[in-house]
Amino acid sequence: MSKEVETMMIDAGHRNDLGHPLDYRELNRLIREAICAGEERLVLMNVIGQRYIASATSNPNTRIEIHGTPGNDLGAFLNGGTIEVFGNAQDVTANTMNDGMIIVHGNSGDITGLAARGGTLLVKGNSGYRVGIHIKEFEGVGVKLVIGGFVNDYLGEYMAGGTILILGQGVEDSPVGLHVGAGMHGGRIYVRGPVEKHQLGPGACLAEMNDKDFKTVDTLIDQYEKAFSVEIDRSIEYSKIIPLDSRPFRGHYDSTTI
Amino acid sequence: MDRDYLQPATLSCPQASRVFAEQSYVVEIPDCHKPRMGSCGIAGCINIDGSLISGSKIEKMITTMSERENGLGSGFVAYGLFPDFAEEYCMQFLFESEEAQAETEELLSHWVYMIKDEKVPTFPQRSMTPPFPLVWRYFVRPKKGTEVYIRTGLNEEDYMVRLVMSINETIPGSCCVSSGKDMAVFKGSGYAREIAKFYDISRYKGNMWLSHSRFPTNSPGWWAGSHPISILDWSVCHNGEITSYGVNRKLVEMAGYKCTLLTDSEVVTYLWDLMVRRHRLPVTATAFAMAPWYYKDIERLPDNERRLANQLRITYKEAFLNGPFSILVGRSDPVTMIALADRKKLRPLVMGVSADGNSVYAASEECAIKSVQPDAEIWATRAGNPAIVKVGEGIVRRGTEDPFLGAI
Repeated sequence: MSKEVETMMIDAGHRNDLGHPLDYRELNRLIREAICAGEERLVLMNVIGQRYIASATSNPNTRIEIHGTPGNDLGAFLNGGTIEVFGNAQDVTANTMNDGMIIVHGNSGDITGLAARGGTLLVKGNSGYRVGIHIKEFEGVGVKLVIGGFVNDYLGEYMAGGTILILGQGVEDSPVGLHVGAGMHGGRIYVRGPVEKHQLGPGACLAEMNDKDFKTVDTLIDQYEKAFSVEIDRSIEYSKIIPLDSRPFRGHYDSTTI
Repeated sequence: MDRDYLQPATLSCPQASRVFAEQSYVVEIPDCHKPRMGSCGIAGCINIDGSLISGSKIEKMITTMSERENGLGSGFVAYGLFPDFAEEYCMQFLFESEEAQAETEELLSHWVYMIKDEKVPTFPQRSMTPPFPLVWRYFVRPKKGTEVYIRTGLNEEDYMVRLVMSINETIPGSCCVSSGKDMAVFKGSGYAREIAKFYDISRYKGNMWLSHSRFPTNSPGWWAGSHPISILDWSVCHNGEITSYGVNRKLVEMAGYKCTLLTDSEVVTYLWDLMVRRHRLPVTATAFAMAPWYYKDIERLPDNERRLANQLRITYKEAFLNGPFSILVGRSDPVTMIALADRKKLRPLVMGVSADGNSVYAASEECAIKSVQPDAEIWATRAGNPAIVKVGEGIVRRGTEDPFLGAI
C-alpha cells in the first residue's frame, strides 16, 4: 500500500434519526461515484452490516479497505479490483464473483463464494456451510477459494469447476464437514488434512495428488502467506476430492445423449 | 440532511483532505420505495450474572438488521421484568375492543385470582397503520381448590395453558400474547423500530431479551401472529418455514394445544412446552428430535448415543421440524436462551460473547451483535446443534459439541 495514492474515506457507521446505520444503497452509491470519479483507494470505516458492498466493481486498480463487519453479498458480481476486510465477513461473500480478489482477515459466513466464476477469495479464518456451492470455470478460468481454518458441511456442493483449498489451521481432525462435493461434476477440492470416505457427498471421490496439484496448492499457499503474513507448514498430507464423473446425469433425461 | 459521515481521509495520507462532493448524499428513502424482499431477523441478548439490560440495546440490535424485515410484524420479549411480581403469572393481552376485554376479564375471574392489572403504555406511531389494539397486563394466580380447577384435573401450569388456549380460541378480538412468570411479550404489526417505539421498549429492563423482525412468507402479517410466540414462560422467535407444519400441528393438537395464530411458528413454541416441560426431555434431546441427523450419520455414533438418537427419531417423528429454520427460544427459572438452526443450516445464526464473558448474544447477522458489542467474539453454531446460555450458569453449550454432550 503506497502512501502516495490518495485515499478517500467513508464513515458508514453514522446512524440517522431512525437509528439505522447508513443505508447500503447510499454507501454503494458513494463507492460507485468515487470509483467513477477516479478514486482508486477507498477506506470504509465502521461498516455495520451494509450489504452488496463494492458489487460489480470492475476497475482492476481499485482497492477497497473495509473496517467493521460488511453485510451479506460482499463483492457480489465483482469483476476486478481488490477488497480487503479487516474483520469478519457475513454470508454470501463473493456471490457470483467474476474476477478480482477478496481478502478477509477473519471468518466468513455461510455460502461463501456462491456460484463464483473467477477471481480469488482468501479467508484467513474459518467459514460456514456450503462454501463454494456451484462454483464454475470456463476454458481454464475459474475461481480460487482459500479458507485458512475449517469449513462446515456441503463444501463444494454442485461444484462445476474452480479450485477450493482448505488449510485447516488449528484443527486436529478433518477440517471439512459432511457431504463434501455433493453433486459435484467439475473442479477440485484440496484439503490440508484427512478426509474420510463417509464425509463425501454423492458424486465425489478421493484422488491422489499429482505434480500439477502440488503446484496449484503451492501457488495458492504463497498467495495466502503473502496476504496474511503467516507461514503455512506444507508437510501435512493433502486430500484431494474430484468428481466421479463430469456428466453425472448422462442418460437420465435424454436417452440419445452420448 | 446530514453530512457528518463524509470525512476526509487523514489516517495514512494527510494530503488527501478533499471531501468528495459538495452536495449531500444522505437521502431518506421512503419505506414505500424500499424493495419488499428479505427474510426474518432474530436477535437475543442475555447477561449471565443476571444484571439488567435496557430495552434500547435489543432495539439497536434488531434495527441494525432492518434490511431483513418488511414491516409486517416485529416483537420483543423480556425476562426478569417484574421482580415484584415474580411469583404471579403475567398475562399480557391484545384486545381489539373494550367488549373483548370485558368478556376476557369475565372469564379470567372464574379461573384466576387477579393480583394486579394495568394498562401497558403504548405510543401509536404515525407511520403505523391503525387500528391499534388495547394492550393490558394482568398479574394472576390460579384459583386452586375451586370447582373449575378440580374439574379440569390439571396441574397448575397445564391449567394456565388451558386458560390461554380457551381465551385465544373462543373470545373474538382477544389474544393472550404471553402468560409466563416474570416475563412479557411486546409485539405487533410494523417495523421493529415502530414496535419498539409503540411500546417504548427502552423503558423496560430485563436480564434477557429476544426479538424478531418479520418477513412473513406463508402466513398473514397481523398483531397476534407476530413473534415472539409465547406460552407460559416459553417464547420463540423463528426465522424460516416449517414445511412439516401439518404433522407437527397434529402432535400438539393431540396434546391439547390449539393453533389459533395463523402461522406455522406457533407449533414450535408448543413443541418446546410439550417436550421439555410436560415430557421432561433434556433440551439437547428435544433439539435433536426437532433437527435430527440423517440415519446414515446416526449409524456412526457410539452405541448408547446411537440407540438414543434412533429412539428419539422414532418416538418424536412428529416433532421433526422439516424445512429451513433458525430459532431463539427463551424460558425462565433459570432464565435460559436456546439458539438452534435446522439440520442443514439453511437459515443464518451466529453467536457472540463479550470480552468479559458476561453478555452473550445470538442473531441472524453478525452486524447486530457488533453494533452493541464491538469487542464480541463471534462463533457459529452447527446445524441442528443448540447453543444454551443460562443466567447464573453461563454458556452451557456453544452449539459446536457432539449432539448429546452436556445434556440438560
